Amino acid sequence: MDTTIKKSATPDSMFTSKLQGLLRWESFLVLIVFLVCVMNSYLSPYFLDPWNLSDATFNFTEKALIALPMAMLIIAKEIDISVAAIISLSSTLMGLVAQMGAPVYAVALVGILAGAACGLFNGILVTRFKIPSIVVTIGTMSLFRGISYILLGDQVVRDYPDGFEFFGQGYVYWVFSFELVLFAFFALVFYWLLHRTTFGRYTYAIGNNPTASYYSGIKVDKHRLILFTLVGVMSGVASILLTSRLGSTRPSIAMGWELSIITMVVLGGVSILGGSGTIAGVVLAVILMGLVTFGMGLLNIPGIVMTIIVGVMLITVVSLPVLITMYKTSLKRKEAKAL
Amino acid sequence: MLKRLIYSREGVLSIIVLAMFFGVGVISPDFISLSNSVSIFNDTSILIMLALGQMLVILTRCIDLSVAANVAFTGMFVAMVNQYFPELHMSLLIFLSLFIGALLGAINGLFVWLLKVPSIVITLGTMSIYRGATFLLSDGAWVNSHQMSESFIGLPRYEILSMPVLGWMAVAAIILFFWAMKFSVWGRNFYSAGGNPMAAFYSGVNVGKVQFYAFLVSGTLSGLCGYLWVSRFAVAYVDVANGFELQVIAACVIGGVSIVGGLGSVVGCVIGALFIGVVNNALPIIGVSPFWQMAISGLVIIIAVIANATSGKDKARIILRNPNANDEIRAN
Repeated sequence: MDTTIKKSATPDSMFTSKLQGLLRWESFLVLIVFLVCVMNSYLSPYFLDPWNLSDATFNFTEKALIALPMAMLIIAKEIDISVAAIISLSSTLMGLVAQMGAPVYAVALVGILAGAACGLFNGILVTRFKIPSIVVTIGTMSLFRGISYILLGDQVVRDYPDGFEFFGQGYVYWVFSFELVLFAFFALVFYWLLHRTTFGRYTYAIGNNPTASYYSGIKVDKHRLILFTLVGVMSGVASILLTSRLGSTRPSIAMGWELSIITMVVLGGVSILGGSGTIAGVVLAVILMGLVTFGMGLLNIPGIVMTIIVGVMLITVVSLPVLITMYKTSLKRKEAKAL
Repeated sequence: MLKRLIYSREGVLSIIVLAMFFGVGVISPDFISLSNSVSIFNDTSILIMLALGQMLVILTRCIDLSVAANVAFTGMFVAMVNQYFPELHMSLLIFLSLFIGALLGAINGLFVWLLKVPSIVITLGTMSIYRGATFLLSDGAWVNSHQMSESFIGLPRYEILSMPVLGWMAVAAIILFFWAMKFSVWGRNFYSAGGNPMAAFYSGVNVGKVQFYAFLVSGTLSGLCGYLWVSRFAVAYVDVANGFELQVIAACVIGGVSIVGGLGSVVGCVIGALFIGVVNNALPIIGVSPFWQMAISGLVIIIAVIANATSGKDKARIILRNPNANDEIRAN
């Protein structure tokens, strides 16, 4: 079953639909990823080293883990900009539990539960009080990180139980880090969830027309609540990985991540207005951003310059389709005039 | 009349702000002295001006996340011009800051107007671009107070009637906005474009152009605030005003500007900004650690939007037979 609705099967239209399939956003991303790979390996001899590439994945896997549920949330016409604050709060709570001498699994469990609770809180505010999610999450963004500041102040927590460092620093097999394997696993899970289940179909339906979905019997609010909680849980997971990788917690952890996560999602072809987008696109966008960042790192380009390039990419991605349609309609108008 | 005033959103909000203000005054009488009140207002001036600009943008169903980056870029630009050409007259520098701010705002506005792309994505992009451009401009270096000319630092501090020029600028902005949003067609268009774009279109309002104007004004004010910020703190660096855009949006939201557009007032917006200003100034005085500040402002935003959602926000939509119908459909 393909996610796109099959067009009527005349040979002619079948050909065009196949052609259109090739011209999809995802294929365009594959092309760019390939170009960036070629360019990077041309510019730096260190690029194609498997260990270097493996190191590069650490830069984006944590953000990418959140980008997956965020894509579903944005497809459902909502948004969560409190994710980085959830990471901070969940990391802080893990730090406090670890200081009390909790074992590894308990620390990780606290991280996930804290994330889930934050996500649920966002979801309840959005669904119960009918407030736009962008406003709710602007508020909870300050609230969650604010609680971290209350709990920790300017302290740093460093004492984690033995074995906790595996989550963010361990390797499962050869160059494949635990983070990377976990991301691959969750990418498959979310692919299944969005493209192979009724839950996923409902997500698209809600994003395309919330009112129609409501009247056709979808429990819209419950669905949104689940999606917000899912984003919270994955933020908790990302928080475990990040805390373990850094080996320390402070309230200012993951500052500004919400923007790069949303950029990943939009770059992956998910419409910010809801209703369309795929997990494959998001995964490709994640890889693209990782490769571009890594390549520029090899060329000693400072991080803040990379943010310019990410910003330009983001604007180009949303403007280009509009410009192309405008160009096409102007061509058609000219044809009509000529006739 | 009085009853209506008290029950209005602005009325409730100003009562809360005043109660907070005098509540702190009970603990520390110095807090409510005239000079301290003026200094609180002066502290909040930049937030007020940015919130007024942001209000226009939110009224037209858009959002401008690039204001803080605009502040940083323009601030750095005028500071560097001042550093290398210290003899340039201040009026020229202020004009420059307005112009650059307007330019950056116009870039946002043009994308939204001509390409009809969602403003949240565009300003998310320009936010990182402007911030990155600040780094490219300065090469990561700081402009410190000793590299700025005396008049550059002195202008916002110059006192007229015992209030600094910075505060007077905010007063001027408030009066100008109050007049424009109530009595000029230009100002009323922001409400119509955001309240019901379709109706606005059929009554001859170019919605896209109105959105462009909103971004233009927001950018121009950000540019001015860029100079004011750098001059007030006597230092310019890349991370100036980092994350301030959220405080600006928070001021609007607390002040009752509806994020879905078309609803909001200048008075509410100013009180929303003052609310944040009073909280920030009061915390150290009542002995609460500054680490609480962030959580409190987050909590206040949440409470404010819940109050917004549950109380009579439908008054402006009275034209509908059932004022709740529209919202219920949208919410579901």
